[in-house]
Amino acid sequence: MKASPAQARTVEAGLPAEAEEVAFDIKNFSLWYGQRQALQDVTIRIPAKKVTAIIGPSGCGKSTFLRALNRMHELTPGTRLEGSLRHFGEDLYGPGVEAVAIRRRVGMVFQKSNPFPTMSIAENVLVGLRLNGVRDKRVLQSRLEESLHMAALWDEVKDVLNRPGTSLSGGQQQRLCIARSLAVQPETLLMDEPCSALDPLATAKIEELIQTLRERYTVVIVTHNMQQAARCSDRTAFFYLGRLIEFGNTRNIFTSPSNPQTEAYVSGRFG
Amino acid sequence: MPAPGSRGPDIAFKWVAMFAAAMIVVLIVMVGWELYYGSRLAIAKFGAGFLWSSEWDPVLERFGALPFIFGTLVSSLIALLIAVPLGVATALFLTELAPLKMRQPIIIAIEMLAAVPSVIFGLWGIFVLIPWLRDSLFVWLKRFLGFLPLFQGPIYGLSMLAAGIIIAIMILPIVTSISREILRSVPNLQREAAYALGATRWEVLKIAVLSYARRGLFGAAVLGLGRALGETMAVTMVIGNRPQISASLFAPGYTLASVVANEFTEATTDLYQSALFEIGLVLFAVAILVNAAAQVMLKSMSGSGPVKVN
Ligand SMILES: Nc1ncnc2c1ncn2[C@@H]1O[C@H](COP(=O)(O)OP(=O)(O)O)[C@@H](O)[C@H]1O
Ligand SMILES: [Mg+2]
Repeated sequence: MKASPAQARTVEAGLPAEAEEVAFDIKNFSLWYGQRQALQDVTIRIPAKKVTAIIGPSGCGKSTFLRALNRMHELTPGTRLEGSLRHFGEDLYGPGVEAVAIRRRVGMVFQKSNPFPTMSIAENVLVGLRLNGVRDKRVLQSRLEESLHMAALWDEVKDVLNRPGTSLSGGQQQRLCIARSLAVQPETLLMDEPCSALDPLATAKIEELIQTLRERYTVVIVTHNMQQAARCSDRTAFFYLGRLIEFGNTRNIFTSPSNPQTEAYVSGRFG
Repeated sequence: MPAPGSRGPDIAFKWVAMFAAAMIVVLIVMVGWELYYGSRLAIAKFGAGFLWSSEWDPVLERFGALPFIFGTLVSSLIALLIAVPLGVATALFLTELAPLKMRQPIIIAIEMLAAVPSVIFGLWGIFVLIPWLRDSLFVWLKRFLGFLPLFQGPIYGLSMLAAGIIIAIMILPIVTSISREILRSVPNLQREAAYALGATRWEVLKIAVLSYARRGLFGAAVLGLGRALGETMAVTMVIGNRPQISASLFAPGYTLASVVANEFTEATTDLYQSALFEIGLVLFAVAILVNAAAQVMLKSMSGSGPVKVN
């Protein structure tokens, strides 16, 4: 490890000392549901154009953390947070910053696929663009194809674009939801256990897709599946009881974690 | 796997349920038969012409149902046009927008509205609503929308429009509470999908909530219509009870349900009584037809939101 002053801060934040672009710069972040504290003093720098996995036992605050990154947690009444969260330099909770604008830059894919059942496959992909007021047929068509290609779904649906989104299989529906998120061209994609309801084959497809996404997007993925984290992420963050216990290169976290709790979790001794 | 021995009660329950379902069908058929039997004199005398004759003259014993069919359909339609948007909007407000503390009081108020007896609405109609309509709303409508035939002619107060408004108030609770159930059944995940795309609250309502719920909301409207068609007491008190067909909503009218309720005790001749029976038969048929048509429309509507009619 080099010890130049520029890198001293990354070391301090518990990060590998590499010069890289930061997507989320989060300092001393705590979050409460009413009186109950769900996250405590989390400080982390999530790199851009990389896949970061969030792991930890159930209830440790993974979803809570993820949902704070695009302000989805504001839909839950009674939440309160402290600390500083920046996304590519922009203060997510700064005065005058609108959650609606943040969510267009930070997309989200959920545990259960949730296409809009009254819309066709094409309409599902394009609904976000329509919200943004895009009317140009050519733009819509090209974005439709591009998004479905990115989501590795194009070949399977190109002939049935007018079928309802819900007519697809579970794995296809989840990829449709990914395409829907990508269509509005976010910088970052958050995924909350996107494969937990899918069979191994569909899971493999999505993991493969995540690999291609990192070329253009920052991906933060919550998973309870440690093999998945090991397979498809560059960085891994281990949360336990609302705290960030360890964050580092995925290989290091799984082979030589520095914290005994991380060690215990990744070796399957609890959680 | 059911435990051994639980099959007996299972089978018994199945038979009880089937019996109950069969009883409902039998009851409907019996009511239909009874109405038909009571109206056979009028059917023999007037034939199908009963349906499109607009004469109603108990003295000359000439009877036709058209003004009543017209009155029932028009007053119910007015009621739906008012109650469905209002009820759905209220339900949206209650499920999606209102602060948690405000919800329960509003829900209780709406439920209380449902508990008010029909005749009380009638009295309120006569003493409060009608004078206000006559002196304010109708005058205003006539001044600004008077170029439409709907809002022309003399203003009496007792009118088709007054009946429509009273019915709207009376079906509002059921339309609202069913709409609320429908909206509550929209999965949160649908809303979150829209929010995650950067949708505003209104956009979420449009793309995630209303489109998911539209079939169910249509069902709520049909149930409201079912109520509206049969509404009797309050309507009789405010509609003016004149068997006529007029383009003006300010004109008095009459409905199938009110003429039966109003004139049955005065129906001294067999033919008069039989004609009223046939009016009842027509009301019965209209209600069944409306429901059947709604079911067909519901089937043809695309989308896979929850279907909840009846
Ligand atoms: N809406 C909520 N209201 C109150 N407490 C919540 C809510 N959502 C989550 N929690 C609590 O916050 C903690 C973290 O939850 P969550 O982020 O969902 O965990 P994970 O995704 O890691 O399983 C849990 O203890 C959970 O009970
Ligand atoms: Mg979770």
